[in-house]
Amino acid sequence: MNMKLITHSEMETISAGREFSLSIRCGTVVALSGDLGTGKTRFIKGICEGLGVAEHVASPTFTIVNEYQGSNLKIFHFDFYRINSAAELREIGFEEYVEGGGVCLVEWADRVKEILPAQRFDMTFSLGKDENERIITINEVKPE
Amino acid sequence: MIILGIESSCDETSAAVLADGKLKSNIISSQLIHQQYGGIVPELASRAHQRLIVPVVEQALTVAQIKKEQLNAVAVTHGPGLMGALLVGMSFAKALAYGLKIPLIGINHMEAHMYSNFIDDPKPTFPFLCLIVSGGHTQLVYVRKPLHHELLGETLDDAAGEAYDKVGKMLGLGFPGGPVIDKLAKEGNPNFVKFPRSYLDPGKYDFSFSGIKTSVLYWLRDHGYRNNENIKPIPKQELADLCASFQAAVVDVLVKKTIQAARDLGVLDIAVAGGVSANSELRTRLKSVSDENGFKLFIPAFEYCTDNGAMIAQLGAMKLEHGYQSDFSLNAISNLNISTSPTR
Repeated sequence: MNMKLITHSEMETISAGREFSLSIRCGTVVALSGDLGTGKTRFIKGICEGLGVAEHVASPTFTIVNEYQGSNLKIFHFDFYRINSAAELREIGFEEYVEGGGVCLVEWADRVKEILPAQRFDMTFSLGKDENERIITINEVKPE
Repeated sequence: MIILGIESSCDETSAAVLADGKLKSNIISSQLIHQQYGGIVPELASRAHQRLIVPVVEQALTVAQIKKEQLNAVAVTHGPGLMGALLVGMSFAKALAYGLKIPLIGINHMEAHMYSNFIDDPKPTFPFLCLIVSGGHTQLVYVRKPLHHELLGETLDDAAGEAYDKVGKMLGLGFPGGPVIDKLAKEGNPNFVKFPRSYLDPGKYDFSFSGIKTSVLYWLRDHGYRNNENIKPIPKQELADLCASFQAAVVDVLVKKTIQAARDLGVLDIAVAGGVSANSELRTRLKSVSDENGFKLFIPAFEYCTDNGAMIAQLGAMKLEHGYQSDFSLNAISNLNISTSPTR
């Protein structure tokens, strides 16, 4: 999968996430990058809705990781905003989460790219021309 | 009854001694190491906790002039917070309580914030409404009677303190953003930009702060200061005006929702807790609006607003008094919720 989306409202960003959730399987890692306020948390909200999460999905900046239960899958929502190195992530057990069979959704993933598994989805978020416009790119990365 | 309180859920290592309801010491070792990194760094945080826990507890006992053998119980935060950080305080507390053969009391950090208003006089009377505002949380809680809580609403996206930190970062103000924004806002015009206030559903008590954050971002982009990470410095007066306008938007929402909830519940007392309750604008506005509407407002002293061991010891004493203690299988829970009735 390799695509570019343009959304025009928060609702559209959430719907795009819901639609993207169809590509998610057990063990999928999604790495989201982009500046503050570009829609990463909204998109994840959509993914979680699509996966049947009933709990409320909020930014895990403070706790680094939130856990949600979907209808079939466990979802780990990470935020690397306050993380500076792979060593810090190893300390909180990031690799165990990735190998544990859940779905890992990682905000600010570009801060510590080296810890991400070779197979994943890379997404970028940026502001568009109009006030509520967001440009989202999705790129499926596969091991060589 | 002499209780040691230990707190290590985030960036502070703290210990306090409470003897017969009187606070004897409250040692907080602010980890200034974070300031050079632009955020709390989990690994550094747990390392620093490991380094600080013994000296901080020793100092708390020394200042209180209490020998550890005189302690009757150890209260410790077991969530919510960063897992690695929580485990340092918990393991230490378990070992100490086990060694001294005294009760261990697991404390919910957010609940402890609510009871920080009971450390000094005057204390709120039950039932009361509590607004908790911190870097990780924004919650309105109805405290029916001691240890009985009802979560009325919370933030659906960013916590108020998190919005401060993120906007602080956008404006190039470093970490933590709150105190700097608060200080600069005093010199600024709150009507410079009318940032949106999101009140959500009037019948509900939830909050949303990510819209305000995004509006600040749009403003910076539209005025050429920031475009997808290309950043240009903002002139001093404009920066102060932006801080004042952002702060006015956040405080408006917090104050209005809180007063609305207090009216709907028919309580007389409103308590505020958490790190953001140190914010001068929030304190001033809540005080004047509470006075106008006949509510009594309780805000803890500055040293009990941020994370501290005193509030842990305080809630520990209340739990013990009501017959609640934990067993040694107590776990650290990073996303622990506020409990509706007392837990062990």
